Amino acid sequence: MSANGKPRIAVFKLASCDGCQLQILNLEDELLAIAGQVEICYFLEARSQILDGPYDIALIEGSVTTEHDLERVRDIRRRSQMVITLGACANTGGIQALRNLQDVDEYTRAIYANPSYIHTLSQSTPVAAHVTVDFAINGCPISKEQLLEVLTSVLIGRAPQLPAHAVCVECKRKGTVCVLVAKGIACLGPVTHAGCGALCPAFNRGCFGCYGPMESAHSESLCQGLATHGISRSEMLQLLNGFTGWAEEFRSAAEKLEKVST
Amino acid sequence: MIATNETRTIRLESMTRVEGEGGLRIEVRDGSLRDVKVDVFEAPRLFEAFLRGRSIREVPDITARICGICPAAHQMSSVQAIETALGITPSPEIRALRRLLYCGEWIESHALHIYLLQVPDFFGLESALTLGKEQPELVRQGLELKKIGNEIITILGGRSVHPVSVCVGGFWKVPRRHELLELRPRVEWALKASLDTVKFLASLKLPAFSADYECVALSHPREYAINEGAIVSSAGLNIPVRDFEQVFLEEHLAHSTALHTVRAERGSSYLVGPLARVNLNLSHLPPAARQAAEECGITWPCFNPYAGIVARGVEIVMACEESLRLIEAYREPVPAAMEYSFHAGDGCAATEAPRGLLYHRYRMNDQGIVQSARIVPPTCQNYRRIEDDLRLLLPGILDRTDAEIVDACEKLVRNYDPCISCSTHAIKIQMNRS
Repeated sequence: MSANGKPRIAVFKLASCDGCQLQILNLEDELLAIAGQVEICYFLEARSQILDGPYDIALIEGSVTTEHDLERVRDIRRRSQMVITLGACANTGGIQALRNLQDVDEYTRAIYANPSYIHTLSQSTPVAAHVTVDFAINGCPISKEQLLEVLTSVLIGRAPQLPAHAVCVECKRKGTVCVLVAKGIACLGPVTHAGCGALCPAFNRGCFGCYGPMESAHSESLCQGLATHGISRSEMLQLLNGFTGWAEEFRSAAEKLEKVST
Repeated sequence: MIATNETRTIRLESMTRVEGEGGLRIEVRDGSLRDVKVDVFEAPRLFEAFLRGRSIREVPDITARICGICPAAHQMSSVQAIETALGITPSPEIRALRRLLYCGEWIESHALHIYLLQVPDFFGLESALTLGKEQPELVRQGLELKKIGNEIITILGGRSVHPVSVCVGGFWKVPRRHELLELRPRVEWALKASLDTVKFLASLKLPAFSADYECVALSHPREYAINEGAIVSSAGLNIPVRDFEQVFLEEHLAHSTALHTVRAERGSSYLVGPLARVNLNLSHLPPAARQAAEECGITWPCFNPYAGIVARGVEIVMACEESLRLIEAYREPVPAAMEYSFHAGDGCAATEAPRGLLYHRYRMNDQGIVQSARIVPPTCQNYRRIEDDLRLLLPGILDRTDAEIVDACEKLVRNYDPCISCSTHAIKIQMNRS
């Protein structure tokens, strides 16, 4: 706590697009009120004031892809009472974890004329692979409603109430016609965390897993189901190797599919 | 201060109130400026590499993730590049809806930059959170404008960060006319607020500064260019987008994980973004924006980078005016997306992201699989220009304290609204004096 009794909050960015921390600033109606309830000690995008730790809550966006960022997450953990990760990159390695399946040296050669200037780890990994994470908010991007719920809960000392069901359930509740059953469109909805409001099926397309796999996800069974709807293996692989593809449940399902295909 | 004949290093760990993280390195020897560099060490995310092997259908969803602040810009440049390769011409209705989506993103991004990132500088405050305690109505106006921009994107794309509706050929789904019309009173309010914004920005005392900029932007004969046009410059350049790579060259320097873009023939810097656009396309602004630009006390073309904030305000007016026009004229595109079939090809496109020209190029095989990708964001194009500006600023302020120098540099850099995440990367301000 700060001297004025307000919780001290810090917002950090690793390899990411900025979109999850932008969701904090996208709380247009609540932002000034939140800023009155807590002390925002470190949030480079929003303010020039920088106050050293320890922090009560550290919010981390982005995945670990460099030695420097690896040092940073360890340092943040040491200085913070509670670490909350924001979004697909911080929780699963993000879209840049596609490098994990490839030769990174070849990747940097493909983009940079002088690859020797580039220092990057061979893998993009979630924060929890390196330090203890107290709470993870899912999404690519996170939902600002979930963010608000988690912050509010933490501040008043209760457990956050986040949906424990899949996108599939959200579709049923909204009355969205199943894109897989009705149109044969590949969809990760049955195995993906709810939170987006089942957006993609409402836009006539399949879920591509922004909120990451459910803990109880049976991705392999889903793939068998997709196959009966005529979805090709390559399409399933593309879907699984997506924005949260490095998450264990999606990764192992993809690996098994790869084995079957070869 | 340390005596001038000693090596001196000033470091600002990270610039603040910019998108993404990053620094500057300033070298001074014998009291005079030796060199200044934008240091970008943020982790490279290697988009161009992992796009290879992905289906062109996935490209707009993947490229959106380059930047949470301008995802629609990356979606627009990428789908239009692919459409060029496949010979797809979107219907006028699809074209209009894309322009509306883009206007929403300009409003959201420009309001964010003006009110949350840059305006505190003019009040000598460290953030909009602090400014909000002194002038809550001012900050609330900015937040509300930003929110309306986000509402436009959300109605078209489901959410404002990484919207899900854009696809090659058009949209996965388009809104009904009555849904769009519901936005009208909100955008009418935003138009008024944006005009107030320009008046407010015109009242700010802008630091004196002038540089010899080559302004570069898209230009279109019938509208304020956003989604298409020829690439023109204040030095007389006028080329089709397909010639971009002949005229602009990407360089890779040791101090940066972002590539820097320069004019190929002479290695010189150039300026992209709101100031460049207003300078080049003033006559194409719609009436209210044109009037706001002409009455704000700035003579256009203007080569003071601090006037960029006013240009950004004028562009919010433009985007609100255009949004209203597009909403009122809206006809649901049928079909929502043009049909197409895969064939091998290569295509490029440039659009005007909030921060300036955004170029994408893709080569794909006959299965619709990406073989190569090239992405040149506006911030990469402005890095060299930022360094040139700092070279002009620094000699006159080297007698100041480290903190004052760093503060002045940060304020100058903020004019560019740099998006380091877009350039895929973090800045550190480091100063060496020897």
